[in-house]
Amino acid sequence: MSCTKTFKWLAAVLTATLLAGCERPPIASVQNGFRGTGMQQVYNPRTLAAQAPLNTAPEAAPAASGDGPKASAVYQNVKVLGDLSVGQFARHMVAITSWVAPNEGCTYCHNAANFAEDTKYTKVVARRMIQMTQHLNADWNKHVGATGVTCYTCHRGNNVPKQVWYAPTDRKYANSLLGDLAGQNMAAPSVGLSSLPSDPFTPYLKEAKPIRVNGTEALKFTGAAANRSSTKQAEHTYGLMMHMSTSLGVNCTYCHNTQSFQSWAISPPQRTTAWYGIRMARDLNNDYLEPLTSTFPANRLGPHGDVAKVNCATCHQGAYKPLYGAAMAKDYPELLTLAKMTTASSGGLPAPLAEPAHSVMYFGVGSPTLEGEQAKGLAQLIVTMANTPAAKVSILGYHSAAGELAANQELAKQRALSVRDSLLGAGIAQDRVVLEKPMQAEANLAGEDPAARRVEATVK
Amino acid sequence: MAEYQNLFTAVQVTGPLHDGIALPRDDWKRSGTPFFVHLFGRLGNAQLGPIYLGGLGVASLLFGTLAFNIIGFNMLASVDWSPIQLVRQLFWLALEPPPPSYGLSIPPLAQGGWWLVTGFMLTVSILLWWVRTYRRARQLGLGTHVAWAFAAAIWLYLVCGFFRPIMMGSWSEAVPFGIFPHLDWVSAISLRHGNLFYNPFHALSIVFLYGSVLLFAMHGATILAVSRYGGEREIEQIVDRGTASERAALFWRWTMGFNATMESIHRWAWWFAVLCPLVGGIGILLTGPVVDNWYLWSMKHHVVPAYPAVYPIGIDPALLGAKP
Repeated sequence: MSCTKTFKWLAAVLTATLLAGCERPPIASVQNGFRGTGMQQVYNPRTLAAQAPLNTAPEAAPAASGDGPKASAVYQNVKVLGDLSVGQFARHMVAITSWVAPNEGCTYCHNAANFAEDTKYTKVVARRMIQMTQHLNADWNKHVGATGVTCYTCHRGNNVPKQVWYAPTDRKYANSLLGDLAGQNMAAPSVGLSSLPSDPFTPYLKEAKPIRVNGTEALKFTGAAANRSSTKQAEHTYGLMMHMSTSLGVNCTYCHNTQSFQSWAISPPQRTTAWYGIRMARDLNNDYLEPLTSTFPANRLGPHGDVAKVNCATCHQGAYKPLYGAAMAKDYPELLTLAKMTTASSGGLPAPLAEPAHSVMYFGVGSPTLEGEQAKGLAQLIVTMANTPAAKVSILGYHSAAGELAANQELAKQRALSVRDSLLGAGIAQDRVVLEKPMQAEANLAGEDPAARRVEATVK
Repeated sequence: MAEYQNLFTAVQVTGPLHDGIALPRDDWKRSGTPFFVHLFGRLGNAQLGPIYLGGLGVASLLFGTLAFNIIGFNMLASVDWSPIQLVRQLFWLALEPPPPSYGLSIPPLAQGGWWLVTGFMLTVSILLWWVRTYRRARQLGLGTHVAWAFAAAIWLYLVCGFFRPIMMGSWSEAVPFGIFPHLDWVSAISLRHGNLFYNPFHALSIVFLYGSVLLFAMHGATILAVSRYGGEREIEQIVDRGTASERAALFWRWTMGFNATMESIHRWAWWFAVLCPLVGGIGILLTGPVVDNWYLWSMKHHVVPAYPAVYPIGIDPALLGAKP
């Protein structure tokens, strides 16, 4: 009977469709908590087998001798690796080329005619990224542990790490009168193809919006004690957690106890590591990557002109530990500690500029006061102002890019103020001294650049 | 003569086409000419129609269709008006309630206003349909058990989408209209309130849910098993126990010492089904307006024993200072 046949075919097609989304057995599960509490990690052995070769650390070249002249003495414009011997420096450059630009070679960052030049943006970015790696290994060992990271942890032979994030763009016609996406319901890879809010990065890995939604009291309280987190907020946190889960290839229970996702007392210790990881990603995005926005050419920026930023997947790339915890960084000790800026550590500031109409005075690291010969620039300024009673002077403070922007801007202001106060002290009328808004050095890429820590005074 | 003895029916239930009993003069006429569908016959009665629409039915369908279309067009707009993407991403799409900042005020259409309009229309549609089930039952001289069972489900629907959001002071607490998004809401409300599995009413609701499934399976299996003795004529056997009923009773009395009767088994089933959303609704209504964190609540009241520690006792790193 044809009707029966059709019916059977229909049933077969329906069953096949329903099963098409499933992963085939066997699936391995590993218990990681008390029995019967659902504390288990679920792995697909075939997925792991496919991932394994992608997470192998390249073999390190034999260590180079630390003897001989330092790189900073032999080469010019070596700002962060100047303390290495020439041999160590060359080894590092070879390694970084194989990690980041294996196909392009040295000229991906360097001008072949003059390796010392900073004309290619890639060189400027690479220098800052070396500093970032040093910062990671030196200051974030609560997340990276003794294993540490190298450029390869993220780059894996790519110019730009494969998994980075940009500020998202909405769909063209959504969110007009109809089609409110509410930032979710998009099968977004960022949240493991779920319909959860698809950009958990801007609020949590760039801004520091509260991730915790649980209250500390059993009952609902009103007033100041009330926990005002909404269910929608919980969905945002959930989105971030899905990102972490997919980035590490683990279940919720890798970090959380099924009884209470909130309680730290009963959580697996991995949760603490992850907690620092969130802060680490936020720190890198704000202090290292955002300030590079103007350095990158437009084609390297996201649809909203924002710089590529890191999230958990940038390093982890599907593994519970990047490269399965291969201790790669120990072979590159130059990446383990923050480099002393060669120019800054020498203590020498550039000589002050003391022209009649233009003075430039340089300041020590974090200092708002003029020292030593720098006062010459101020002296010339006072002389000029005293001799030309009609002239006005505009004072402009600068700061270097190392450290926090807000504190630096305050420092730049203090530097300008100290020059102004000196002028007032020398009897120059206050209305002749114009304070300009301090300049922002968002991306002085050398970090602690003494030429950046200055006050410029122009007589008009 | 064909017999019911299998898991899959070998019998087509077809009789002469019939309209059913006459309706009073002031009622709507039933519409459509009845006909047979073979596939329907495999699942139930093969006759389709005639259907009684009635004023309530028409009004309910009208509101329901409007709600359905508002949801659909919002979903379509959210995939840039691509019908293919609508089908492809259907399970992910939703009409979302307004963001928390609007509280209980009326938001702009594009920011949850459509959700509020849709929620109103869908609720009106459901309530009209409830009155319809009640009226049809009375019309046929039946008890109103179906209507009250339906009301239990409506209670849970209203708690999730209306009563609880009002008690929380925010429409944003309500459920989005969408397949996966409403499941995300379920997970999120549990996570936000410290694990709903520690909510005793949630636990009761699960008991009744799984209990319903168990009872349904036991009852269905029993009746199919005794159908060779005419066991499917359950209702008659309530008052006139035949060998099917006796054998079914003996089977359960022998296997577990106790047996339901042909009548009481249906009360069991009805109460289990009705209590599932009834207690579930109470549990959701308490979640937020009364209890903020079910895990802490159940620890405080020693609802569950603690498990042995497996990991070193963790300390909240935020207490140690956020800096590395």
